[in-house]
Parts: sequence; C-alpha cells; structure tokens
Amino acid sequence: MVIGLEVHCELKTATKLFCGCPNMFGDEPNTNVCPNCLGLPGSLPVLNQRAVELAMAIGTALHCDIRASTFHRKNYFYPDQAKDYQISQYDEPLNVDGHLDLPDGFRVGIERAHMEEDTGKTTHAGTSGRIHGADYSLVDYNRSGVPLVEIVSRPDMRTADQARAYVTELRAILVASGASDGKMEEGSMRVDANVSVRPGPDDPFGTRCEIKNLNSVRSLGRAIEYEAERQIALLESGERVVQQTRHWDEGAGRTQALRSKEDAYDYRYFLEPDLVPLVPDAEWIRAVADTLGMMPAERRARLTELLDEGGGATRSQLLQVATVVELRLDDLVVEAVAAGVPSALALARTANEAATDADAARALDPKSYVELLTLEANGSLSATQAKAVLAELFVLGGGDPAAIARDKGFEAMSEDSLAATVGEAVAAHPDEWARFCEGDDKLAGFFTMLVMKATRGQANGKAVAAELRRLKG
Amino acid sequence: MAEPARLTREDVAHVASLARLHLTEDELDLYTQQLAEVLDHAADVASLDLAGVAPTAHAMAVTNVLRTDEPHPCLDRDEVLAQAPSVEDHRFRVPRILGEAP
Repeated sequence: MVIGLEVHCELKTATKLFCGCPNMFGDEPNTNVCPNCLGLPGSLPVLNQRAVELAMAIGTALHCDIRASTFHRKNYFYPDQAKDYQISQYDEPLNVDGHLDLPDGFRVGIERAHMEEDTGKTTHAGTSGRIHGADYSLVDYNRSGVPLVEIVSRPDMRTADQARAYVTELRAILVASGASDGKMEEGSMRVDANVSVRPGPDDPFGTRCEIKNLNSVRSLGRAIEYEAERQIALLESGERVVQQTRHWDEGAGRTQALRSKEDAYDYRYFLEPDLVPLVPDAEWIRAVADTLGMMPAERRARLTELLDEGGGATRSQLLQVATVVELRLDDLVVEAVAAGVPSALALARTANEAATDADAARALDPKSYVELLTLEANGSLSATQAKAVLAELFVLGGGDPAAIARDKGFEAMSEDSLAATVGEAVAAHPDEWARFCEGDDKLAGFFTMLVMKATRGQANGKAVAAELRRLKG
Repeated sequence: MAEPARLTREDVAHVASLARLHLTEDELDLYTQQLAEVLDHAADVASLDLAGVAPTAHAMAVTNVLRTDEPHPCLDRDEVLAQAPSVEDHRFRVPRILGEAP
C-alpha cells in the first residue's frame, strides 16, 4: 500500500486572501462578500500579509525551503467560484521540500505547501440530497476567497496507521503554529488521500486513486483500508485499476468513482496578471520563524524528560504525554513539576481529569491548578478530594483550591481527625487489629476501607496507611 | 528556443470547448487562421537571443504587494442577491451540477 496525502488547511486570518471580507465560519450565507470574491468585473485582488506569514509559519514548522513564488489562475467552470477560476500557486509554490516526523520517528516527506483561495460552499438541493440526482444547487460565497494552504506529502506512507498518525501530527503542528484551528468537523482542515497498491516494497508504484470527502481521521483510515482492498481484489481477478477520483461514503463504508483521469480537467493555468510575485527575504523568513512556538514533538520530549527524571516513563504514561500535548495542556504539567509536584501525579491528573474538559483547563489560571496538585502531593487532599475540587474549579472558572476544599468540608480531614477515625476503626475491631499486628498485612486494606467508609472517601489512602503503621509501632 | 508548433484546427476546437464556446465549422476555420497569425507574431520573440535574461512574471518589476489583515465593509446581501437570476434561502440558485467540484 502506498499513500500520499493532500491536506487543505484554512488559515486563521481576520480577512480573506485577496479582499477585506471577514474570514468567519458559520455566518449568515452571502453576508461576507464583496465585488472581489463575487468575481465582479473590475475588482482586483490584493494579497493578505497575515495569510502569507501564516503560510510561511507552516513552511517553517514543516522544515520546508521558503522561496520566491507566483500565483496562477486555475480555470474551470463550476459555480463554487464566481470568477470561473481559482487563484492558486502552481509551478512556483511558497514552500517546498520539507518533512514531518511522526511520533514513532518515521519521516514523511513534504513535497510542497502552497497558498490558494478556498471556494464557495455549494449545497445540492433536490430529491436525493446528493450530487447525482440533485435538481439544482445553492451557493454561499462566504467561504470563497478564504486563505488556504495545501500541504502535499510525498507518497511515503505505507499503512493506514501512518496516514492517521500523519494527519494527527500535522493537525497538532498547524494548531501549534497558530495557522489553523484544525477543526476537521468544520472543514477548516480537509484531507484527500492518494492510494495505490503493489505486490512488494521494491516494485514500482501501481495506478493510484484519489479519495475525497474524508472528514475525520477515522474516515481517513477506513477509506484507505477499503480502497487498498478494492484495488487488490481488482488486480487479483486480472482487472486493472483505473486512475480516478473516488468519493468516500461514510455511511456505506466504501469509495465510489466520481470521474476518471481520462477526462481530466484541463485547467489552462496561467500567471495571474493582477498579482505580482511574492518574494520573502531572509529577514522576513527569520522574523516569522521567531514567532513560532514550541512544536508538538518538542513538547512531548519535554514531558518525557520530566518523567525520566522521576525514573522513566511507562507505556501508559507515554500515551498520557501524547494526550496532554494534543490537548495543549502540557504547560500545566511543566508548571506543576517546577513547583515540586511529582511528574507522575501531575501527568496523571492532567491526562485523566483535566483532559475531560480541556477548554476549561486551558482557561484556568495555572497557579490554581498547580496549587491544587500541590495540596494533593503533600497529602492535604486525597485523590478523590482533589478531583472534586478540580471539577469545582472548572465549574467556577477558577478560584482558590484550598478555599474550595474548605467549603466542601475536606479540611476536616486534618491529621488529628484522620488519626481519630483510624483509632475508632481499630478499637471497633480488636481481633483484626491483633492479627494485623502479628503480621497479616492484608488487613491494612480492611482498615483503610473502614476509614474510607467513615469519611466518605475523603481520607488520604497513604495517610491512613502511615497512621496504621504508627499505631502498630 | 524551438519554433512553437503551428496552431491546428483541433487546438482551437479544444480551447473553445474548454471555454464553453460553441463555434460553427466556418468560425473554426476563421479563428484558426486569425489565432495562428497572433501566435506567429508572438513567436517573433523566440527568434531573439534571450540567453541570460531572467523570465519575468509581470510587466512591472514589483514584488510583495500586500495589504494588512483588516476587515472592510461587505456588500449588502439584499443588493447582491437582487442581481442574481435566481435565489433561494439567501443563496444563489444555480442549475443542476453534473459531477463534483474539480
């Protein structure tokens, strides 16, 4: 199986690529339009500087060469472009020859990452609701002219898992570079997959098919696996694969032919006469690179190092690291560890609890979060209590963890109170206590359970064990 | 630079179909001759010695014409849609499309 991916990413600018209309998803249809993005005669495109800088940021993050580039008209007749052409970069793209390293170290080459404008949104109305059999179409030009970067990988991937990992990592990089919100469900990131099969790894590439309409990482994996099996079945029955574009039908779980390359479009590309070349100099490229934050791979390495200092990361901790970085909660872990919280606790609480409401966690004052983990680390709060306080912090949107714990009555579990409860449990079960003192360690669990029951889970398990050991002498 | 191949009647028919132009047989003959003359004129450039002259993308030696990312007012939707032959649900209504977007 040989896979190459084309990812279209909408850039997070305030305005469109060539005009000052707002770049805003979900607005009322045809409210963000002007003579330019409606293709009215006499309108002229002017390139958006912010869009260029975000495209350069993507190129930098993907280790591309950033070069002098030009814009072309791609001519075709389809109502999603009112001008009857799309302005795109053709033979001189902004970013070329980069790479992306998957978390397992596998390197995927990036052929190019070029700028272009998005098309309007067509809705196919009529009986079937599908393209085929639609009676007519409705067009909303709000999206027409929204800045895009198309990232074209080399055909380096060999499994559906690698394709999934590539899109997941690319999405994280696009978000980290500030270029995109990475929302596949809103179409701000769209993936097309080129898939072919061949008998062995040293054989030449087979005929490929391009799969469109992949709206999630899950669809991507399913579609690639389906398509490879379809092609293998064709070849094994003596037929040939026809180079064509295929549409992924998520409900039916299969790909369907849309058009063959035999009747491929002739786009009559020519240089856009209304735009001049884009020539970034070294100083501009450096200035953009300086604004780039830490990339996901670096963030993962940073957390893994913290775990190494604490004795090495387990397999499940590596998954926690991936989760925390993906949700952009890793700064919280780093700050907590810097404040003295053990790395394993900081990571677990962030990956398991904070991750359930990542938006709330990111909005939280990191000081509150670190304070909460410190209270748990020093035994002032049990794990159960800490989780309850965190849930409350999310509801309130912040606050003082110690005060919230007091309000919840958690402070009653002071050392004295704990000792008293343990003492009561011991006094009520003299036989078990005697056996425990004679060395039956299993009974530690029995007493801990009694204390937990009496305190409704508010006691700190470690503190109970310590008190039992102290009483035993 | 090699002499460009002479424009054929088939080339003109192909370009016309791409541009959704329906030409009669007579028109095809006429435009093949006229367009060939235009191209012959442009081909004169090929006879010049241009070794060492960098290709230009634009008549003006200007690069990096940019605008700041600031929103401008948009057109009034009612006014925009009033220009369209057919409108439904605040969207442009267009004839049935065969196939999907290129």
